[in-house]
Amino acid sequence: MDKPEDLLPLPSATFHILMAVADEDRHGYAIIQDVAARTGGELKLSAGTLYRSIQRMLEHGLLVETRDRPAPELDDERRRYYRITPFGAATARAEVTRLSQLVKLARARGFAPERA
Amino acid sequence: MPSYNVKRYDVPSYYQSLLLLYPASFRAEYGEEMRAVFARRQRNASGLPGVAWLWFAALFETLWNAAAVHWDILRQDLRYTARTLGRTPGFTLTAILVIALGVGANTAAFSVTDFVLIRPLAFPRPDRLVKLWENVPSYSRMELSPANYRDWKRMSKSFESMGAFTTQPVNLVGQGEPERIDAAAVTAGLLPTLGVQPLMGRLFTAAEDQPGAAGTVILSYRMWQSEFGADAGIVGRRLNLDGVPSTVIGVMPREFSFPVSDTRLWIPAALPEVLYQDRNNNFIEGVGRLKPGISLQQARAEMNVIAGQLERQYPKENFRTSATINRMRDELSQKSRGLLWALSGAAICVLLIACTNLANLLLARGIARQKELAVRTAIGAGRERLVRQMITESLLLAFAGGGLGVLVAMAALPLMARLVPNTLPMAGMPAIDARVLLFAGLLTLVTGIAFGVGPAWRMGRGADLSGLRGGSRAGGGRKERLRSALVMAEIMASVVLLVSAGMLMRALWRVQATAPGFRADGVLTMRTALPTPKYAADAARERFYASVLSEVRRLPGVESAAYTSFLPMTMGGGIWPVSIKGENLERAGGDVASMRFTTPGFFKTLRIPLLQGREPADSDTSSTPLVAVVSQSFVRKYWPDGNAIGRHFLFAFSDRVVVGVAADIRVRGLEQDSEPQVYLPYKQQGGNFSFYVPKDLAILTTGTPEALAPAVQRIIRAADPEQPVSNVRTMAKIVEEQTASRTVQARLLGGFAALAFLLAAVGIHGLLSFAVSQRSREIGVRVALGAKPRDILGMVLRQAAFVAVAGVVPGAILAYQAGLAMQALLAGVKPNDPPTFLAAAALCVAMTLFGSLLPAWRAVRVDPITALRAE
Repeated sequence: MDKPEDLLPLPSATFHILMAVADEDRHGYAIIQDVAARTGGELKLSAGTLYRSIQRMLEHGLLVETRDRPAPELDDERRRYYRITPFGAATARAEVTRLSQLVKLARARGFAPERA
Repeated sequence: MPSYNVKRYDVPSYYQSLLLLYPASFRAEYGEEMRAVFARRQRNASGLPGVAWLWFAALFETLWNAAAVHWDILRQDLRYTARTLGRTPGFTLTAILVIALGVGANTAAFSVTDFVLIRPLAFPRPDRLVKLWENVPSYSRMELSPANYRDWKRMSKSFESMGAFTTQPVNLVGQGEPERIDAAAVTAGLLPTLGVQPLMGRLFTAAEDQPGAAGTVILSYRMWQSEFGADAGIVGRRLNLDGVPSTVIGVMPREFSFPVSDTRLWIPAALPEVLYQDRNNNFIEGVGRLKPGISLQQARAEMNVIAGQLERQYPKENFRTSATINRMRDELSQKSRGLLWALSGAAICVLLIACTNLANLLLARGIARQKELAVRTAIGAGRERLVRQMITESLLLAFAGGGLGVLVAMAALPLMARLVPNTLPMAGMPAIDARVLLFAGLLTLVTGIAFGVGPAWRMGRGADLSGLRGGSRAGGGRKERLRSALVMAEIMASVVLLVSAGMLMRALWRVQATAPGFRADGVLTMRTALPTPKYAADAARERFYASVLSEVRRLPGVESAAYTSFLPMTMGGGIWPVSIKGENLERAGGDVASMRFTTPGFFKTLRIPLLQGREPADSDTSSTPLVAVVSQSFVRKYWPDGNAIGRHFLFAFSDRVVVGVAADIRVRGLEQDSEPQVYLPYKQQGGNFSFYVPKDLAILTTGTPEALAPAVQRIIRAADPEQPVSNVRTMAKIVEEQTASRTVQARLLGGFAALAFLLAAVGIHGLLSFAVSQRSREIGVRVALGAKPRDILGMVLRQAAFVAVAGVVPGAILAYQAGLAMQALLAGVKPNDPPTFLAAAALCVAMTLFGSLLPAWRAVRVDPITALRAE
C-alpha cells in the first residue's frame, strides 16, 4: 500500500472530493453539488472528471463504496455512495500540511494574501 | 426531494455516443451514474445557449477524461504485463528474439529495396525524367550516335529539354599522386535537364560545350571534400585533367550523383564535328525531361515517328533503328530488381513464420494461463479488459522485438547494401532513416496485432468458470487443431524458403562453374589509361607499352605480360560490325564482334588456347598487312567449313586477314552471351580508335599476384611519372565479382531459410510437447489398458508425420510457383529442380523427426498411475 505522501500533491479534483465526503457519505451528484457550493460555483466537476477521479481514488484506497444506504424514501438504488477511508483522511491531512507549509514559506518571503 | 429517477430516454443519444469513447469496463461501472449526472445538468441548464454550452463542454471533457482513463488502464496493463512476462523470461526472450529477427530481416530488406527501387531519385520532378536509347534488333538499349541524338533533339516536341553524356574517366595530375577519376562528359543541356543547381559556382554554358573551348570542370561534393578539403575558394582554380588545364566552375550538391554513384566530376562533352559523321558510332546516352502534360506513351510514339523518318533518310546506317524511352527510375536491370524482390519475399516469409510461431506460443501460454484468466473473470474483470490486456501484452512484446529488430537491421545492412547496384544516379548508401523507421514501426504494429489478436480473442471467449475446473482436458481439440494448422503453415513457408534458397544456391554454383574460357589464377591486372593529346601519337603509346612490358617481364616470377583494350568481363561493349563480303555493314544486322587491340603475350597471360596460327605480333605494324586473330565462334559463324587462316573480312573500316584462331572467352561475363571475338595487333590502330587504345595490363606470375603490384607501379611511374594507375586487382577478383551479388543473395536467402527452418522446428516441437502433456491422462489410460511403448511412440510420430506432410505438400507447390516467378535469377536451373526439392523435403522430414523426439520420449515415459492420480 502507498504512503499518503506518495500521492502528493493531490490533483485538485481529488482534494475537493475528499473534502466533500469528509463528514458524510455522498453519491456522485451530491459530491458535484457540494464542491460547487463550497467553492462558490468556481469548480464544477464534470461527470467524466468526477468518475475518473473516483475510480483512481478507489484504486488507491482513498475511498470505498459503501453498502450502508440512507432511508429508502431518500434513496435511488442506482446511486453509489462513497465514504472516505482512514487512508483517505490521512492523505487529505498530508495535503493540508503540505499546503500550509507552502503558505508559511510564501509569507516568510513577503507574499501575504491580498485580503489579509 | 426531487425525484432522482432519471430514465435512459432522458439522456440525449449525443451523450450516449460520447460515452462510447470510454473503455467498456469504465462505462459499465460508471456509465449509468454519468448519464444521470448529465441528464440532471441538462434539466438545470437555462435555455438553448445553456444546453449548447453544456454539450460543447461535455465533448471536451469526455475527450480529455476518456483519454486519461485509457491511459490509466494502459499503465496498469503495462505494469501487469511487465510482471507476468518477467515471470516467464524464457517465453519473453524467445518471443522478442523471434520478432526481432522477423522485423529486422524485413526492415533491412525494405531499406535496400526502397533505396534501389522505390524512393524517387534526388532530382526535381523525377517522374518527368526519361532515358533515351536507340533500339536496334539485337540491342533494345543501344547508346546513341551523336548525329542521331542531335536529330532527335531537333525534331522532337515532347521534351522540355534534352541532354546527353558519356562516362569518361580522366587522369588528374598535380594533386598528389596522379589519379584516375570516374567522370562524365556532359552536354551543356544535361545538368539543366536534370534540374539541379550547383552548390556553388555555375553550370556549363553552351559556349563551353564547343570543341576548342577552354577546359572547364564541375566537381562533385565528395570530390570537393576529399581532394580539396572543402576549399571555399575552389571555383576558379585550375586542374590538370588528361593534360588539359581546366578551370573549376562549380561544385554540385552533396546528394547529386550522375550517371552513377561513383561519378566524381563532370566536364563538357564538346563533341567535335567529326563525331557527328558516323551514325553507327554509338557512345552517348540521352536524357530528356518530358513537357508537362506529355505522357511517356506520347513521347514514345513521337520518337518512333522521328526514328522512322531518320531511317528513311539514312536507310543504311539507321537500318531498323527505333527509339527506346524509359523512365529514369525504371532503368535498373531486371536482374537487380529480381534479386531485391526475391529478398523482400523471403523476408516476408520469415516474418510470417515468426508471427505464426508467436501466435502458437501465445496460444499455448493462453491455455496454460486459463486458470489465471478464469480467476480474474471471477473477481470481475470483463472480457474486454482481458482481451485488452492481452493485446497490450502482444504489442509490448512486438515493440520490444521491433526495437531490437531495428538493431538487427542495422547489423545486416552492410551485407544487404552490397546488393545495391552502383549504376544508380544516387549518392550515398541505404540507411536506417525516418522512412525506414516508420516502416519498421508499422510492421511491428501489424505484427503485434497479427499474432496477438487471434489468441487474445480466442482466450477472451474461453475465459469462463470452466477454466477453474482444471484437469488435463483444458485446451481442448479446437485449439490443438488451430495450433496444428499454424505449424503446418510454418512448415509450408519454410519449404518455400528452403527450396528457393536451394535453387539460388544451385544457380550460383552453376554460374561459378561456368568456364570463362581463360584462366584467372596468378594474374594481376591494372589500368593505365593513356590520356590524349599526350599519347595521341602511335609512337608515344608504343614507347610506353614497350618500356613497361619489358621491365615487367623482367620482374622475378613474371611469366608473361600484355596490354589489351579491355580485359574480359570489365567492359560490356566494344563491339564492331563484321562484313565478310564487303556489305551488310549495319550493326543492326547482328553481325558484330567484340574488338580488342592487344600486345603479344595476351593469350599466354590469360592462357586462352590459340588453336591455329599465331597471335598479334610486334612485327604487325601500320606498314604491314592488317591482320586479325578471331575466335572459334567467329569461324563457326562465318566460315562453317572451318578454314579461317588466310581469309579476309571487313572490320573496323579496313580489310583484315585472319592469321590465328583462339578459343572463345566470355567477354561480357559469366552469365551473358558474348559476341565472337576479334583481336587486332596494337600497332595497327591507325589512330581512329581512341576508345580501344590498350589500357589494361595483365601479368601472369608464379608468385602471389597481389605482391607484385608495388613493383609494377614503380615501373609505370618510371616510364611516366604523371601516369595514374587504377583498378589494381587480380583477374580472379574480376571473375569473382561476376557472382558477387548472387553470392550475397544466396547467403541472405540461405540465412533466411535457416532461420525459418529453425523456427518451424521450434514450432513442431512446441506443438507436440503440448499435445503430449495435454494428453498425458489419455496416454496413461492407454498404457493402463495395455498399450505398448511402440504404440504410444507411433501415436506421437503419426501426429508429427501428418503435420509435416500437410505442410510439405502445399509448400512444395508454392515453392514451384516461387521458382517460376524468379526463373530469371536461376541461370538455367529449372524451377522443379528435383535435387533441391528432394533435399528440402528430406530436411523437413528430418526436422519433424528431430522435433518430435523429446515429446515422444516423454509420452513413452508417461506413468499411468501418476497421470491418473494428477486428476
